[in-house]
Amino acid sequence: MGGSEVILLDFWASMFGMRVRIALAEKGIEYEFKEEDLVDNRSPFLLKMNPVHKKIPVLIHNGNPVCESLIAVQYIDEVWKGKAPLLPSDPYQRAQARFWGDFIDKKVYDHGAKIWKTKGAEQEESKKGLIECLKLLEGELGDKPYFGGESFGYLDIALVPFYSWFYTYETFGKFSIEAECPTLIGWVKRCMDKESVSKSLADPHKVHDLVLILKKKHGLE
Amino acid sequence: MAEEVKLIRTWSSPFALRIVWALKLKGIEFETVLEDLASKSPLLLQSNPVHKKVPVLVHNGKPVSESLVILEYIEETWKEKPLLPEDPYEKASSRFWAKFSDEKLLPSVWTVFISQGNKQEEALVPALENLQFIEEQLEGKKFFGGEKIGLLDLAIGWMADMVSVLEEVTGLKLIQEDKFPLLSAWIEIFADVPEIKESGAPREKLISKFQAIRDAYAATK
Repeated sequence: MGGSEVILLDFWASMFGMRVRIALAEKGIEYEFKEEDLVDNRSPFLLKMNPVHKKIPVLIHNGNPVCESLIAVQYIDEVWKGKAPLLPSDPYQRAQARFWGDFIDKKVYDHGAKIWKTKGAEQEESKKGLIECLKLLEGELGDKPYFGGESFGYLDIALVPFYSWFYTYETFGKFSIEAECPTLIGWVKRCMDKESVSKSLADPHKVHDLVLILKKKHGLE
Repeated sequence: MAEEVKLIRTWSSPFALRIVWALKLKGIEFETVLEDLASKSPLLLQSNPVHKKVPVLVHNGKPVSESLVILEYIEETWKEKPLLPEDPYEKASSRFWAKFSDEKLLPSVWTVFISQGNKQEEALVPALENLQFIEEQLEGKKFFGGEKIGLLDLAIGWMADMVSVLEEVTGLKLIQEDKFPLLSAWIEIFADVPEIKESGAPREKLISKFQAIRDAYAATK
C-alpha cells in the first residue's frame, strides 16, 4: 500500500490504545504516534477526529478516522490482509472472538476502574467481579497457548493490555491476580515474549503512578 | 448437511427482532424458540451461560450470543444479499454507529421515556444530541446502508416501531419531522420493507407493556 498515511491518536496508559498499537505492530505498519494528554485537556484535533465520544484511541488512515479500539483492530486486519491475520477465518470462531472482546469491554474495564476509584464494600464487589470475569476468560483460554489457538490474535490483543493495569488493581485492591488466575498470567507471559506486545504495553509502575495523580486530582484518596 | 437454525428470543426484544430481520432478508429458514425471561429455559441457560440473555442464534447446535455479533456471524456465514459494505472504512463506520446505537442512543432515548417532569427535560438533552448524530449519517442516503438496507439499518431499526410506541405512551413527540426530517423519512421507508413490516410485535401489546413499565418507574418516585 504505497503512500499510506497512518496516525494513531492515543494516550500512553490506555489499554484500548495499546490494542491498536499491538495490531499495527503485528502487521508491521509504520505510523505516527500522536500523544493526547488526557489528564488535563482534550485537544481540538481529538474533538475533530472523534466528535461523538471525544475519546482515544483514534486510528487515522489517509485522513479517515476509525474510532473504538476493537473496530480499529478489525479495520487493520481487513485493510492489511496479507500478513499476520488477527481474526480467525472460520465465522463461528470469529463470532466467539467478537463475543469475548465485547465481554471484556463491558465488564473488565468497569470492574477494574472501580477497584482504584472506590473503597470498602464497593471495592470488594469490584474485586470479586474482576476475578470472576478473568476466571471466565481463563475458561475460554483452556489449555490453548493463545485465545486464538496456536496463533496470537484478536482476543489476545483485546485482553493483554489490561496486564499493564493489574499492578494498579492489585495494589489498591490488596489482592493478587496471579494467585487467583495463574493460567491467565502464564498466557500474559507468553504474549509478552512477542515484541509487538512488550513494546506496546505501558510500564505497570508508571500506570500506578499515574493513578496516584488521578486519585489526587479527583479527590479520591 | 441440513441446516438447523434456531433463534431464541422473546416476543418484544428489539435486539432479537434485528436477527429476525437479518434471517428473513437473507432468506434463511429458522425456528423461533420463545423465551419467558421470568423463567429461563435450560436451553437458554446452556446456550448463553455468560449473560443468560436473548437473542441467541443456535446454528447446527452451536450458540452465538450478543445481537451485533450474531448479525456479523449471519453476514459471514450466508454470503448472499450482503448487509455490510465491502470497503473496510465503510464497514468500520457501520460498526461504529451500530455500537453507538446500542451504547448511547438507545439508553438515552429510553431514559427520556421512563423519566418524569424535570428529569425528563434533562434527559432530552443527550437524547436529542444523539439523534442529531444519527440524522447526519443519513445525508444523501435512502437507508443507512445506502440504496439498500444494511446492517446499520437493522441495528437502528428498533427506532422504527419502538419510538412511536414510546411517544404514544408518554405523549411526548421525540422525533419531530422538522427537526429530524431524514430520520422521519427513514422510519417510514424502513417500516415499509416487507420483511420488516411482517415481523413486528403487535403494537397494542407493546403499548400495554411500555405503559406498565413507565407506570412502575413513576410509582417508585
